[in-house]
Amino acid sequence: MSFNPAEIKKQFPILQRQIDGNPLVYLDNAATTQKPQAVLDALSHYYTHCNSNVHRGAHTLADEATRLYEAAREKVARFINAYDKKEVIWTAGTTEAINIVANGAKQLLKSGDEVIVTEMEHHANLVTWQQVCKISGASLKVAPITDDGELDVAAFQKLLNGNTRLVAMPHISNALGTINPLHELIPMAKSVNALVLVDGAQGIAHGDVDVQALGCDFYAFSGHKIFAPTGIGVLWGKAEILSDWPVWQTGGEMISVVTYDSATWGELPNRLEAGTPNIAGAVGLGAAIDWFSGLDLEAVKAHEQLLMQKAVELSTGVDGLIIKGNAPHKIGVFSFIIEGTHPADIGFLLDKQGIAIRTGDHCAQPLMKRLGVPGTARASFSIYNTVEDVEALFKALQKVKMMLM
Amino acid sequence: MSLPTTDEILDDLAFFDSWEERYKYIIDLGKALPAFPAELQTPDRLVKGCQSNVWLEIAGDNERIEFLVDSDAVIVKGLLVLVLAAYNNKSAQQILAFDIDAYFKQLDLERHISPTRGNGLKSIVARINSIAKAALA
Ligand SMILES: Cc1ncc(COP(=O)(O)O)c(C=O)c1O
Repeated sequence: MSFNPAEIKKQFPILQRQIDGNPLVYLDNAATTQKPQAVLDALSHYYTHCNSNVHRGAHTLADEATRLYEAAREKVARFINAYDKKEVIWTAGTTEAINIVANGAKQLLKSGDEVIVTEMEHHANLVTWQQVCKISGASLKVAPITDDGELDVAAFQKLLNGNTRLVAMPHISNALGTINPLHELIPMAKSVNALVLVDGAQGIAHGDVDVQALGCDFYAFSGHKIFAPTGIGVLWGKAEILSDWPVWQTGGEMISVVTYDSATWGELPNRLEAGTPNIAGAVGLGAAIDWFSGLDLEAVKAHEQLLMQKAVELSTGVDGLIIKGNAPHKIGVFSFIIEGTHPADIGFLLDKQGIAIRTGDHCAQPLMKRLGVPGTARASFSIYNTVEDVEALFKALQKVKMMLM
Repeated sequence: MSLPTTDEILDDLAFFDSWEERYKYIIDLGKALPAFPAELQTPDRLVKGCQSNVWLEIAGDNERIEFLVDSDAVIVKGLLVLVLAAYNNKSAQQILAFDIDAYFKQLDLERHISPTRGNGLKSIVARINSIAKAALA
């Protein structure tokens, strides 16, 4: 299979937009990805032809909607190599997926237990565990990173002990792009019988996710980071764990038998999916996965590495530019500061030139503190970005520098 | 430094054709704003709702309220000068009577008062107005 980013770009209507008369160069993909025509069509088709509630109606539309919705679950299961499709729980996104696990942990953990997170967490995977520990009496341990933004594996290993109940860590850092060596870290955590949750918000579109090979217990991700709509995401968890996990929300769909005094819970996945789900979102995610899986994913990865190399190479031409996050294994995220300027000023003046990046703390305030910066400017790449996009970023940065200095 | 007046700013900005010139002007206004004494950069002087840090301190009296402002982002600093042009050294009554929305419209800076960026500027204006209200109470 061949892979041509310029051709891919044509499948994304929004990328044809102009911003203040400049062609849009969208480099904020770690925040959210754009949607290809195939996904827009799937959404429109769903609402035009099949919209109905799932698992309920006694009519054709309900059957068709349910079939599409469950087919999407199967697509996700295959894409991440789940053992079984009932292990795929629909959520609103990564944040909710992590909170479902945290809600159970809050009830299961006790004083003396330990939870490990890393110094590169997104707030979704930090504040959640901090609060679980506050409520349950468990203690939170933070595995440090090196100045290059890599996890300090030896220090991580030292934190593990017989009291470690759960390790929560990102697959890929949203602020630095660091790819964590999960194949090394998860077996370490397993050697002390800890549960392992992987925050896959950034991993899902970059990291060939195979939950069986990873050996984790939970993998959380958001559809919108992999070309699907917002408001849909996934908690994958091993069936034997999720079948007994404390239920999250209660209500319709998730129950088995209800009386005025009590209720019993349904089977997986229903027991963790209360209420009418985001059916269109799930269908959109199924379409996104179909679309994405149809690409040559090795070529995609090579292309993303090429964009990163180009960015690093061109950055040497910008005086005062310092890259934040220099892990040897990184992908997708080019985070930087320019000495003597504020990231917000850089972001604003890039936007005036049609270049969309994110500036700020990237929902990782403790990480920014560790790096000694108030925030960074972050360009993040996806499959439709071209080498020309990276060149446009650096050309625009020269103008930014001229204006600010 | 004496700040430019709102009329001077509107005149100056009307003169530029390109966004580069407009923003270079705003950046230069920001650079010319005297630095805020470091010891005043305290959390209680921070204005919430800004993407970058913005500090605000007041001096003077109800008849003539003086505002000292600073930000770590230079464009924000420049925008603060635009705001101060309207409010600095005015009485509490004058501050409350000023039609800031019309002024912003004339400045054509609606981008800065859009939800993402410029909750910042709105927050400053709200803070300045509440200071003026408190002064009259
Ligand atoms: C690493 C990481 N974790 C968690 C999240 C939260 O994802 P969402 O806001 O889609 O729930 C994000 C999204 O920015 C992320 O990048």
